[in-house]
Order: sequence, then structure tokens, then C-alpha cells
Amino acid sequence: MKFRVERDVLAEAVAWAARSLPARPPAPVLAGLLLKASAGTLSLSGFDYEVSARVEVEADVEDEGTVLVSGRLLADISRSLPNRPVELSTDGVRVNVVCGSSRFTLHTLPVDEYPALPAMPEASGSVPGDVFAAAVAQVAIAAGRDDTLPVLTGVRIEIEGDTVTLAATDRYRFAVREFLWKPEVSDMSAVALVPAKTLLDTAKSLTSGDTVSLALAGSGGGEGLIGFEGAGRRTTTRLLEGDLPKYRTLFPTEFSAVAVIETAPFVEAVKRVALVAERNTPVRLTFEQDVLTLEAGSSDDAQATERLDARLEGDDISIAFNPTFLLDGLSAIDSPVAQLSFTTHTKPALLSGRPAIDAEANEAYRYLIMPVRLSG
Amino acid sequence: MPTILHLDMDAFYASVEQAAKPSLRGKAVIVGGLGPRGVVATASYEARRSGVHSAMAMGMARRLCPNAAFLVPRFPVYRQVSEVVMAVLRSVSPLVEPLSLDEAFVDLEAGPHGALLDLQGQEPTALATARVTAMVLALAEDLRADIGRATGLTASVGVASSKMLAKIASEQAKPDGLLLVEPGREHQVLDPLPVRALPGVGPATAEHLRRAGIATVAEAAAAGKAELVRLLGKAQGAAVASMAAGRDDRPVVADRETKSVSVEDTFEVDLADRTRVLREIDRLAESCVRRLRAAGKSGRTVVVKVRRFDFSTLTRSETLRAPTDDPAVVLEIARRLMDAVDTTGGVRLLGVGVTGLADFTQEDLFAHVVEAKGDAERPGGPVAGAPGPEGQGAVAGAPPGEERDAAGAAGESSLAREPAAAEAQRRWLPGQDVRHVEFGPGWVQGSGVGRVTVRFETPWSPPGRVRTFLVDDPALEQGPPLPLTGPDGPDPEPHGGGPGPRSGAVSGT
Repeated sequence: MKFRVERDVLAEAVAWAARSLPARPPAPVLAGLLLKASAGTLSLSGFDYEVSARVEVEADVEDEGTVLVSGRLLADISRSLPNRPVELSTDGVRVNVVCGSSRFTLHTLPVDEYPALPAMPEASGSVPGDVFAAAVAQVAIAAGRDDTLPVLTGVRIEIEGDTVTLAATDRYRFAVREFLWKPEVSDMSAVALVPAKTLLDTAKSLTSGDTVSLALAGSGGGEGLIGFEGAGRRTTTRLLEGDLPKYRTLFPTEFSAVAVIETAPFVEAVKRVALVAERNTPVRLTFEQDVLTLEAGSSDDAQATERLDARLEGDDISIAFNPTFLLDGLSAIDSPVAQLSFTTHTKPALLSGRPAIDAEANEAYRYLIMPVRLSG
Repeated sequence: MPTILHLDMDAFYASVEQAAKPSLRGKAVIVGGLGPRGVVATASYEARRSGVHSAMAMGMARRLCPNAAFLVPRFPVYRQVSEVVMAVLRSVSPLVEPLSLDEAFVDLEAGPHGALLDLQGQEPTALATARVTAMVLALAEDLRADIGRATGLTASVGVASSKMLAKIASEQAKPDGLLLVEPGREHQVLDPLPVRALPGVGPATAEHLRRAGIATVAEAAAAGKAELVRLLGKAQGAAVASMAAGRDDRPVVADRETKSVSVEDTFEVDLADRTRVLREIDRLAESCVRRLRAAGKSGRTVVVKVRRFDFSTLTRSETLRAPTDDPAVVLEIARRLMDAVDTTGGVRLLGVGVTGLADFTQEDLFAHVVEAKGDAERPGGPVAGAPGPEGQGAVAGAPPGEERDAAGAAGESSLAREPAAAEAQRRWLPGQDVRHVEFGPGWVQGSGVGRVTVRFETPWSPPGRVRTFLVDDPALEQGPPLPLTGPDGPDPEPHGGGPGPRSGAVSGT
């Protein structure tokens, strides 16, 4: 095998494909990156039994062939090479990397021991890369990080015709985002639970292309997998087993009060009063006649209060939240104005964004947050 | 000025039993675990004369004092009496620091008599000191009398200028005594004592000091701080040095903040059956949350403790992102933690605790749905998380329906076992309260070979008679514990263990 490729192209492709390589590989070959050169293209693939990544780039291929080398080492090397064309060639069980006056000789790993990468499921539809990445980021923030409840570490992707609904929860808050996409089949219906961390990484790394296509395996081949493809990059991820608890009934539909607050000053105020809220002790919000009072801390320790303008329709209410959960939601709505809807101080509150004070709330993203109950 | 008071009830559990059981008054009584692994919790003064002391193995106690009454502890009664004692203490000062059910520090200066005890800037003349000392003695004597009236039990009291000396004084005053360490006489009390008398000096430290030729407090004080720091390290050396010099500035702290709430049980026979182990975990988790809630707290970290047949002890914990006081959440975590513990050889002790306490609870979206539905069915198996009998695989993966079925099955099987277990467990433990349809209230004196012996008497009756029944006699049932002070209110005559009252002060010669 022998090929030449631009340094930047190689470095970017290796970095992306090596992303999913395990730090402590269960089998030595899984530390490898599989390089395949054929007819003007170089493909690089990595796999850790959970996530597979495959990227194709243009290359000047002299001799076709396949080789397996340490992914971490190749990533470190290609990142540090001078900006000159890179030539890669095999020499028995070794690989030579030559770039300008630099020359590296690497050991190869046995290709025949490398597991077959899972087949990419058939594409189900596509969505603009930036829309997808933004939607995933809004939802993944609410996913659990605790491996003891694996189901809650996932983002649920539900496809119903031309609508995709993403949902995640860590049992204290529940984020749901809907967006439209172009399905391959108009009456498509599917559900998948994808590890939130992997989904977030994947969605971010696929924004360079115009669109991302999602490939959700039905009951046929490739079951238990979801694939993403965009800009020459393909990745598959094993799905989590199980499903999130049914959530439609969790979201209240009738409210006793709706508060509208400008997001930026609200975020600033929460951050300030939360300085005295050690270890995520709650921040209390009291809405009375168009004034929002924020309080944190206790009389035993430091205390903080702040007042803000807020528009309240309905009954006055006093409610407490974990400041981190509240700030997560306020950043996720990504809107100049926040709308908080309440039923009672012990029931979950619904947060959504408004493009302006007098505009309707954007219902595409909803963030349900459970309050904190003060003892005694 | 001597304004710190330490009160210690005399042979508390044993004295309560003697007060409750007239036939035992003046006799040796030993309270503790009666199983093969039991230890003595409290021995009455009569039993102490035979060499029995607390923390001794019960087998040893039986050999030393074979004729004593061996009784199981009745904690609910001790707690009731303790509350009465603490209430009496709080009447003289709000600053009461309970150390256990039968022991507390009181800072008299913080109470209504505080102003009188303060010299108000005057020079501590001999006259002023004598006046304060006399007043404190009178106050302490009243306190002992009040406790006697309210509980029928005796207490020993030490009063001094520091916690350390007050506790040493009450120890020296025992039983049924009062000792006040006058200002300026502290060293006279402290110096001859072994170093073990100092707070924070246990057997290991004492041995270490003994090898360096330091056996008494006076010798420790003479050795000086530098030497003690060299022997014991910086923190402990410095602490021992200042204690030995009679300096102890620790304040009396009321409502010591709770750091954790936990419940544990040692089993008479090692538990090998996994279902039984999990059932005990459920029971412990529930009781732990009950205590947590009673304290008005919530917590973030759930801990399970397991001591296995070979005494290997391990703890496993899991920390939530936010505090909870939800029994379902604690139970779920405790079970999950147990899944990772191998108990095949049998366990002798199980415990469930909650730490990382807070006074607020982050509500759980799914627990909330349960309440709304008024139904034990939690949506989404994973969150309900009751592992099926086959293990933890079900927790993560199974769809909600299956999950519930597995949990339901586990519940049923344990229910099915319950009646049989209850039948076998109708055991009559010595000391236990019973009631007979015909003979009224009494207590179990002993049982064996299918019979149970009951003595029918009450705290306010003369010593009663003994009768024997079959263990399954339907006329006999467990009874409620009776109040010590009788149906008509407080008993005027204290009847505690030990010789007659004595009181005194270490005074100058």
C-alpha cells in the first residue's frame, strides 16, 4: 500500500476517526485505526464495539491496500507534522510515514484480527447539520450522567413522519425538542435511545456538512444501531436498551401562573444569588405583582437576594429550584425571553423560550423542571 | 467558675428494668444481647460486684454472675425515660448536649440562673466563689431530685469549669452522687488519674504513653507539649497536652448537627438466603428513611454496610445528584448496591444509611407521577428499578411491563413466606412485655421446651407471682411497655441501684 495525502486532510480525518477509539481497548487490535487505500480514496475507520466511525478522503493512491496502525500514535503524529504532503507506505509489517524531512516508522497490527465494522443501516431521512446539532445540545443537557441507571443516560429519538422528537431526563428535569426533517418514507415511525454523550459528540462533529442523514435500523438487519452520515463521515452507535418513562402526561397542560422574564438579566441574577448556594442548595423564586425576587442561602450562612422585573399572569407563587438545573434550562432555551409556567410550588414548572416579550412561546423546545421542597 | 454540668444516669438500662420489674429490685440485672454473639449493654450495680461490666461478652457475664436476670433491651422505654430526663435538664438551661440516652452536658450559665452564677466583673474573691459554688451545688442537688421524682431513677452529676472535668467528676460521684470541682482544685482531681481518663486517649494511646513512662495525667502534664507532640503527633499531642494541663475550652453544643442517619442490625444466625437478605435491606431502608424524615432531613448519599460470615465488612455507596427523602428512591439504591455484594457465605450484619444531609429535597419527576396516580405503579421500569429475583439485568434493560412483573413476583414470594416465618418467630424474649387475658400485664422471665414463664407485676405493684404457659397459649400476647411512674403520676421515692445518696465537693484542706 502506498498513497499521498494533504497533511490537513489527513490530520482532520485521523482525529475524527480516532475519536471513538477506547483509552483502554478490550482487545489490542481495537486500539488500531484501519486505513484502506483504493482508487483515489483513503478510508479510515475506528471501532470500540459501541461506536464505529468511518471517514473517506481524497488521496493520491499508488498501491491499493489495507493496514491497521495505532490510532492514538497516528493521530499524535499527523497533528504534529509540518504542512506538506504526507506519504504513507507499507514495508513488510511496518508502515513508513514521510512528510518533508520527517520520517516515522510504525508497527502494524494484524488486519485479519480486526472485527468487521457494523453495516451502516439504510438512511431514514436527513436534516440540516446545524439544526440537528443545536437540537441535540438542547436535549442532552437534561440527560443523566450516572451509569447506574443506563436508560437515563440516553437521548430518545422518536420519528413520526416528518417530525423528529428528541427527549432526555435525569429524573429531575425533562427536555423535549421537536424539529422537522426529510424522511425517506413519509409514514415512517421509529424510536431509538442513543447514549447522550456519543450523540452530542457526533452531532457536533457532523456540522461541517450541509445535511446529516440519520439511519435507524428497523427490525431487519443492523438492529440495535443508529447511523449518522454527513460530509464523508459515517458513524454508527449501539443503542441503549429500554426506553424512557412515558413523559407526555408529565408535562402539565393547565397552569395557575405564567411568568415572562428577560433571559439575560435572569441568568445573571441567578448566577449571582447562587454564589451563596453552596453545593446546589436551592434558589427561591418569588413572583409577586410583576416583581421577581430571587433568594439563596440560609440565615446560618451567607444570604443573597435580588429583584428583577417580570411579567406575571395568574396567581403569585414562590418556588425553589436547584440553580444548576435552572441555569441549564435558561441556556438551553436559547431565546431572549424566558417563559416559566407553574401549577403549584410542589409540581414541575415548564420553561420555554419566547423570541420577544409579547411573542408567543416557542413550543418546539420545552424544559420541565422539578422544584426543590424545603424541609420543615 | 464551675458551671458545666455532666449528668449520667446510674446503670441506666438496668435501673429502668429494676424500676419496671419490682421483683428485680436489689438483684443483679444484666441487659444486653442474649444470643451467642450478644454483649452486655448495662449491668446493675449488684451485677457489677461480680465483675460484670458493659461491652463484656454475654457468655462471660453468664459465667461470672449466673444468678442475674438476663434481659433484652427495651429501647422504646429507655427513649421515653431519656426524653423525660432531657426535659428536666432543659428546664435549667437551654444549652443541653445529649451524648447518649443516659448522658448529657449542661451549660448552667446559659440558663435562667446564669446571671446569678456570673461574678459580673467582680474579683473572684473567696467569698464570691463560695457563694457561686454553693448555688451550683444546690442547683445540681435539685436537678437530681427532680430527675428522681420524674423518673424514679438515680443520676450522678459532676460540675466543673470544663466538660472534661465535669465528666470525670460525675464518674467519681457514681453511683447516685454529686461532685463539684471547686475552682483552683482542678489539678487535685485530675493529676492522679490515669491518662485514659482524658478525652481522646484510648487503649492504644495509653499504651504508647505508658512505654514512654507516662501513666498519669500529672506525668503527661509534666512531660509537656513538645514531648507529647513527638510521641503522639501534632494534633493529638497538642490536644492531650492541653487537656492534661486542665485546659478544655470545648463549648456545650445543643442540637449537635446530624451528619448521617443509619440503621443496622446484627442477626442471630448468619443470613444466607438472598431473598431474605434483600427483604432485610428493604426493612432497614424504610426504617432509615423514617428516621431521616423524623429529623426533618434529606440526603444525597445512600450507604449499605455488610458484614459477612468471616467478619469482612464492606460498605457500598451511591451519591445522587440531589438530596432526597423519598423511601422509594433510597430503597431502589440500597437494593442496587446490594446487587454488587456477594453474600453467598452468609451475612451477620446489614445496615442502610443516608449521608450528605440537607434540609431540602429535590423532587423526582417520576415519584411525583406516582403520587398523582395514587398508585404504586411507577412509570418506566428503570426508575422504579426494583430488581427482579434474577438480578440487576432487569433494572437497566427490561421494558416497563416486564420490570413490574418481576418486582411483583418478588413481592409475592416474600409475602407468601411471611406467615410461616412469623409463626416460627413467636419467641418470648426475657424481659419482654406481655399481657395475659386473665392475669394482666407482666414480663417474660424465661422460655424453653415449649413453655414460657411470665411474672405478673407492674412498675407500681409489689413483686408479683410467676406462672408458666405453653408458648402458643392464645391467652398470652405481647403487651405495651408500661410507664415507670405508675398510673397515678410520678413516683415520689426514687429506687435506683446502688447504695444510698451521697454528695460532696472536693474542697480545700
